[in-house]
Amino acid sequence: MGFSALEEMGRRAKEQEKPLWQVVWEEDCAFSQMEPAASLEKMKAMYRAMKEADASYQEELVSASGLVGGDGGRMARYVESGACLCGPFVGRMMERALKMAENNACMKRIVAAPTAGSCGVLPAVLLTCQEMLPAEEERILEALYVAAGVGEVIASRSSISGARGGCQAEIGASSAMAAAAVVTLKGGSPEAVFHGAAMALKNLLGLVCDPVAGLVEVPCVKRNVVGAVNALSAADMALAGIRSAIPPDQVIDAMRDVGDRMSVELRETGKGGLADTPAGRAVREQLEKQSRGGSQEDVG
Amino acid sequence: MGVFDIIGPVMVGPSSSHTAGAVRIGYIARKLLGEPVRRAQIDLHGSFLATGRGHGTDRALVAGLLKMQPDDTRIPISLYLAEQAGMEVVFGQVDLRDANPNTARLRLEGESGARLEVVGSSIGGGRIRIGQVDGMEAHFSGESPTLIIRNQDKPGCVTEVALLLSEFHLNIATMQLYRDRPGGLAVMVLECDEEIPLGAREWLSQMDGIEKVTYLGLKEGR
Repeated sequence: MGFSALEEMGRRAKEQEKPLWQVVWEEDCAFSQMEPAASLEKMKAMYRAMKEADASYQEELVSASGLVGGDGGRMARYVESGACLCGPFVGRMMERALKMAENNACMKRIVAAPTAGSCGVLPAVLLTCQEMLPAEEERILEALYVAAGVGEVIASRSSISGARGGCQAEIGASSAMAAAAVVTLKGGSPEAVFHGAAMALKNLLGLVCDPVAGLVEVPCVKRNVVGAVNALSAADMALAGIRSAIPPDQVIDAMRDVGDRMSVELRETGKGGLADTPAGRAVREQLEKQSRGGSQEDVG
Repeated sequence: MGVFDIIGPVMVGPSSSHTAGAVRIGYIARKLLGEPVRRAQIDLHGSFLATGRGHGTDRALVAGLLKMQPDDTRIPISLYLAEQAGMEVVFGQVDLRDANPNTARLRLEGESGARLEVVGSSIGGGRIRIGQVDGMEAHFSGESPTLIIRNQDKPGCVTEVALLLSEFHLNIATMQLYRDRPGGLAVMVLECDEEIPLGAREWLSQMDGIEKVTYLGLKEGR
């Protein structure tokens, strides 16, 4: 069932003198009774689905509420113009994060990683790495296993559900996974991988899930951007030799603690934070009016 | 939780818990019913109730009842497709004690008049847990081939079921037993490593004291 501690994953890799990705791959195959080659094929299919979703972006699409759409195209033109302060690498990454998250809001097909609301972070980081580093696809697949292993530990010790742990459990988790993937791609040690993940998670601790009108649109789409950028900065810190003062597994436990203390209004119920601003409430009321008008359902 | 619960599933947005998980709940309920749905009363609880409509939870549950998978691009138009298929859908709300925030109760009536009540929760990342079947406790994920056996609560039933499965060389991964009262109606939920062949299921349903065998396979009906 995967590892329940990063420390355990690292110990296994050290004992068996294997890279982290292989330890995660083998553990998963043993538990899920999947042929190792079939597992690799499936991971390849997941990455292919991410690429297809990235390429499927349509700038003209608007989400059901009208709140989301077109920002991926705006960012693409801005990056193309050369004006992007963050430079072409981070610019392209932000563009991709927006596009994928907008795809999701518009009910297009995406790859949850770990959730649909956070589906833009990992592909934005990895597709951009493949293009700009560049990185071979095989290495990307290995990085995906490491990301998944980190995600499993987060799910096991804490949560990857916004309704349970707030946005930190979704964008925070995806950002930690993406940081682990980047450190892996850049050849960082297992210790650097875990600390990169821990720093990414730490820097998003406390992030609440406060979607306007309860939709995975505002602020979710743009939070995919911060998840990607945060992952890259955490990875760079880890690769520079910077370490999290709090051990990585304890950071994950802290995320759980914060989630447990978070009021239910700030956990995906659409009742607090941005959702409860005058503008947020107005959107909700407008949508409720619309759905009452043209509904074929009987919502009691 | 495996690697592909974290990277994946490939799904139609916008929410893994409110959309993909809801499709799964509907899909599993439909498979447990074993026939096309004629009428569905869908009651939403907690966050499903508070934000479900915005996430398309209503359309997702109905898509599942129409046997769609979470990556089916027709999910957004499922209410229309249900109407076309002659399925009557009524939405309501319910407050279930101690239930996960993302929970739905589905009361289904099938084409032949078969009835089924299922309570399912979406637990994140598109994964789900069925918590009740026909008012009886039952905890399973639908990720493994699952047998749900309703039987009279009397000595020997469990042994006979286990014995039969072993004769078919089937390995039981988890087994749960519930009953409403001693000597009353009981439910066995068995999650297995392999698909349960039809022959074994037919044998089971003919055994003394067994009232109903419901099977949830992985491959069937896809």
